Amino acid sequence: MKLMTMTALACGFAGAAFAQNDCATGKTLIEGTFTVATGNPAFFPWVLDDAPESGKGFEAAVAYAVAAEMGFDADQVTWVRTSFDQSIQPGAKDFDVNMQQFSITPERAQVVDFSTPYYSSAMAVLTTNAVVDGGAEATVSSLKTLLWGADANTTAVPMLMDLIAPDKQPMMYGDNVDVTAAMQAGQIDAALFDLPTALYLSAVVVNDGVVLGQFPPERSENPDQFGMLLEKDNPLTACVNAALAALSDSGKLAEIEAEWLQATTGVPVIE
Amino acid sequence: MPTRRQIFEARQRRRANLIAAGSTGAVLLALIILVPLAPGWDAVQRSFFNGAVFAKTFPGLLNAFLMDIAIFAWCSPIIAALGLAVAVARDLRTPALYPVKLLAIVYTDIFRGLPVILVIYLIGFGIPGLGLPRPWNSPYIWGSLALVLVYAAYVAEVIRSGIESIHDSQRAAALSLGLSSSDSMRFVILPQAIRRVVPANMNLFIALQKDVALLSFIGPVEIFRQAGVYKSLLANFTPYVGAALVFLAITIPATRYADHLMNRQRKARS
Repeated sequence: MKLMTMTALACGFAGAAFAQNDCATGKTLIEGTFTVATGNPAFFPWVLDDAPESGKGFEAAVAYAVAAEMGFDADQVTWVRTSFDQSIQPGAKDFDVNMQQFSITPERAQVVDFSTPYYSSAMAVLTTNAVVDGGAEATVSSLKTLLWGADANTTAVPMLMDLIAPDKQPMMYGDNVDVTAAMQAGQIDAALFDLPTALYLSAVVVNDGVVLGQFPPERSENPDQFGMLLEKDNPLTACVNAALAALSDSGKLAEIEAEWLQATTGVPVIE
Repeated sequence: MPTRRQIFEARQRRRANLIAAGSTGAVLLALIILVPLAPGWDAVQRSFFNGAVFAKTFPGLLNAFLMDIAIFAWCSPIIAALGLAVAVARDLRTPALYPVKLLAIVYTDIFRGLPVILVIYLIGFGIPGLGLPRPWNSPYIWGSLALVLVYAAYVAEVIRSGIESIHDSQRAAALSLGLSSSDSMRFVILPQAIRRVVPANMNLFIALQKDVALLSFIGPVEIFRQAGVYKSLLANFTPYVGAALVFLAITIPATRYADHLMNRQRKARS
């Protein structure tokens, strides 16, 4: 973590040197400030302790790295909170970019701009040991028979229908917290999340929780790729994309991923 | 043959109607012309009044609305029965039954005082969390119970106000005719009381029809949640407008009917 902050700071100083002729000049909401939105609350491991200002957590770290690449110092990055609905509503936005595991879809892209993906996620099945003991296996035919839940605001819903097509109508909830409450109450057997979120929930939030298996990103037709969300036709999108491309080429993005999301291996793959 | 006075009054009425229609038309016209002049109108129209999205999602919304109707259908008779029981319990005058009366008072105080959504959350996740086996931990059961508890408290208060509106002399008269106090409640007081509070209860049931949507917070995919799913898939708020239209199609006739009942009652009394 310390290393991360150091690198973010170092990048910030390096970037500041050529900030003047940078792509982002004049394109941000407030001149000289890069405003990043996240969720309220922001969830682990994307943001640690709901404190993105610390630069800790995958998305927080990416935000600072992208900012640095575009020529903003760490102290020129400000954070705001938005819901999903605020990010897609018509009208002026109060952020330059919004990062809260937004999956890039063509329908959403008609309303807002997405950067190139900064992370490709596998979808994973969160369940409890009790359900596994009851005979649930990491196969589609076994998963069909479970009672499913999902966060209604996420692309987990169509994925659930496409990949698993459960026998019973799935339950839908407003956020992760409600999904896990329902799982704890035995009202649902399993839920679909992106893998890092599923691992966190199984380890920390859900008593007796376990990640049964994952659908690797390349298996589904529509890999769940997270992009930064910007206002439609925002000229800043090109700058963000350039910054992400540079981070990807230099291996920096992979480094950040390894630091914050490294525990994503070892989960059985669902055939 | 109308009198001169009647002709004059008819002309006055016609004039008033014309002015009312004219000013309403002017306001509507102003709205229709002015709102689209707002700079963000195109974006708002795309996000909220999108024909393509509406056509695509409306059948799914209608289908999900069946869930709302089902929940309403099984909740409302239970609410009516429980509300009546609580109202009668609050009117008990036998000293030995005071604990029952106290319970009814505490119950109405608590459930009229809490927001519906809070009760739904607490009961919908809390009681199944005690470790109940399926199907007894179903969100349909406990969510419905939450609605029943809250709405029965309101209905009970409305019925009680009806009971209190019947003059005590009627009770005294019934008792003096030899009816027991439970019989006088059953045959004399309640039939009149309930007739008086029908319009007020009608309003409560309209409110219930809307609040059924709150059950979506604990899992059931009814019309509000279905609209939310479409919203996040299509990044467009039009499905919510569609859901609003479906609700209005049910609730506007119901409110008109309640108004009609209330008017009829007022006329009958005056």
